[in-house]
Amino acid sequence: MPNAAAIIESERKRDVRTRWYLSAPALIIILLAAVGPMAIVLVYSFLTPGPYGDVAWKFSAEGWFNVFVERDIFDNTLSLADAHVSILWRSIKLSLLTTVLTLLIGFPTAYFIATRSEKSRELWLFLITIPFWTNLLIRTFAILEVIRNEGLINTILLEAGIISAPLQILFTDTAIVTGMVYVYLPLMVLPLYASLEKLDFRLIEAGYDLYATPSRVLRKIIIPLVKPGMVAGSILVFIPALGAYVSPSILGGGKNMMLGNLIELQFGQGRNWPLGSALSITLMLIVMTALIAYVRNAAKTGAGHG
Amino acid sequence: MARQFNIRNQTGFTVIAIGCFVALYLPIIVLVAFSFNANTSLGNWGGFSLQWYAKAWSNEAVIDATLRSLQIAVVAAIFSTTAATMAALATTRTEGYRGLMLKYAFLNVPLMIPEIVTAVALLIFFAQVKIWTGYTGLGYLMAAHTAFCIPFAYLPIRARLEGMDLTLERAAADLYATPWKAFRYITLPLLWPGILAGLMLAFVISLDDVVITNFVKSAGQETLPTYMLGQLRRTITPEMNAISTVFLLLSIGVVAIFFFVTNKKT
Repeated sequence: MPNAAAIIESERKRDVRTRWYLSAPALIIILLAAVGPMAIVLVYSFLTPGPYGDVAWKFSAEGWFNVFVERDIFDNTLSLADAHVSILWRSIKLSLLTTVLTLLIGFPTAYFIATRSEKSRELWLFLITIPFWTNLLIRTFAILEVIRNEGLINTILLEAGIISAPLQILFTDTAIVTGMVYVYLPLMVLPLYASLEKLDFRLIEAGYDLYATPSRVLRKIIIPLVKPGMVAGSILVFIPALGAYVSPSILGGGKNMMLGNLIELQFGQGRNWPLGSALSITLMLIVMTALIAYVRNAAKTGAGHG
Repeated sequence: MARQFNIRNQTGFTVIAIGCFVALYLPIIVLVAFSFNANTSLGNWGGFSLQWYAKAWSNEAVIDATLRSLQIAVVAAIFSTTAATMAALATTRTEGYRGLMLKYAFLNVPLMIPEIVTAVALLIFFAQVKIWTGYTGLGYLMAAHTAFCIPFAYLPIRARLEGMDLTLERAAADLYATPWKAFRYITLPLLWPGILAGLMLAFVISLDDVVITNFVKSAGQETLPTYMLGQLRRTITPEMNAISTVFLLLSIGVVAIFFFVTNKKT
């Protein structure tokens, strides 16, 4: 007869096996429609572009090469791929700017919510969540209506006689950043609120008792304690902003491209799938770096407080 | 009595917060208001009218895209929620086992990869599959949507399961219930609010997607968001406002159900 330990062991094995069966469908779907295709992108980035899009199955590092340098079609000389590098740089710059702005607006907002009474807090939080669940495209359209030449801002300013010709906001970097701040703000407020909600307000009281000014309390007590939320929110905003496609293509127009649009271009008119793949992997690498930095940082601060 | 000094206040924070709420809602309110504009020009108000709704309603492309969006969202929500429920059962209420971390990582992958990258990856992959199989139907969009909806459906279901212990299931097993019966009569009814919440989330996420759909769709497979994206790049009439308003109402309705379902448990 098997002893108790053996029965428990076989029971545990059976449990683990069932768990693998149960998770199989989800894992297979994600493998087929998310992880697997990534590997294909990596392979494609090392192939030769086909004449009508797609690829020819011949190894080439040209795709990666083209991310940073370009070959002159007449004399074969190499030069820095200004267009690509400047788009990459603009994507990073605009995403960072968006992150900083959402933090500057989101922090006071989250603080405001966290300091309301328990009852009304839920309502305020709900007000932040609704836009988060409404369509990104519609929210971008809403911003478009506000900033376009015949839009709300220009109409009001013209009627009021403050300006005599409409301000060109649409199709500028300002428009892209405005749109992204508007769209991604809830992603900043929610983790900030989660952090602020746990804040022990007796510490703030103690700070004031010791004659600290409000700004000193903010800098020395609140911000250090809420830092994990600030970092989480920044990551949550920075990543989708860097890969943004909808905001730049609607608000930036054809000239002010970001990485997302540049990638699309390679799969459309550009007909350079290997370059598009290499650009996609580049984007992935930047995102991964940000994520790893975040995880490391979180582990470190976690240990510090532990 | 002297005015109470509220230690919780920070100078200027309330002003910024109120400004933030106004800025969040004002553009949406303007968008909705101008859907009732009798004028074609967005700049000036020509009186109340429902003509743009009528126009959208009789626009075959809009109706066609809407129905397709709903069809994809329903299928993606059902499949992703089923897969996510099973995955949640497999990854909670355990002391841990080999491969559990891998499963967590896998279930979070679609959240971490930038949408445009997934879109490109699926474009390449499905282009090959289309050549191999000759099939060009809606199945590709449904599969893609199912994949990126799984993490969203998984979150509320997992959260709900973590709040449930195994006592009741063990009691059922002691009373000779088969594992299926214990699941059917104990686990499933308790888990139901989580599953419903997951279903709602997945539905909204699928309905809203524009980037991945835009890359994966074959010719003539416009969904409402991709149709709108196409229109937004051209001349915009208040018809877009009318479509957006209806779409907004639909999303908010689903989210309201979601909140109702998740708050009922407490």
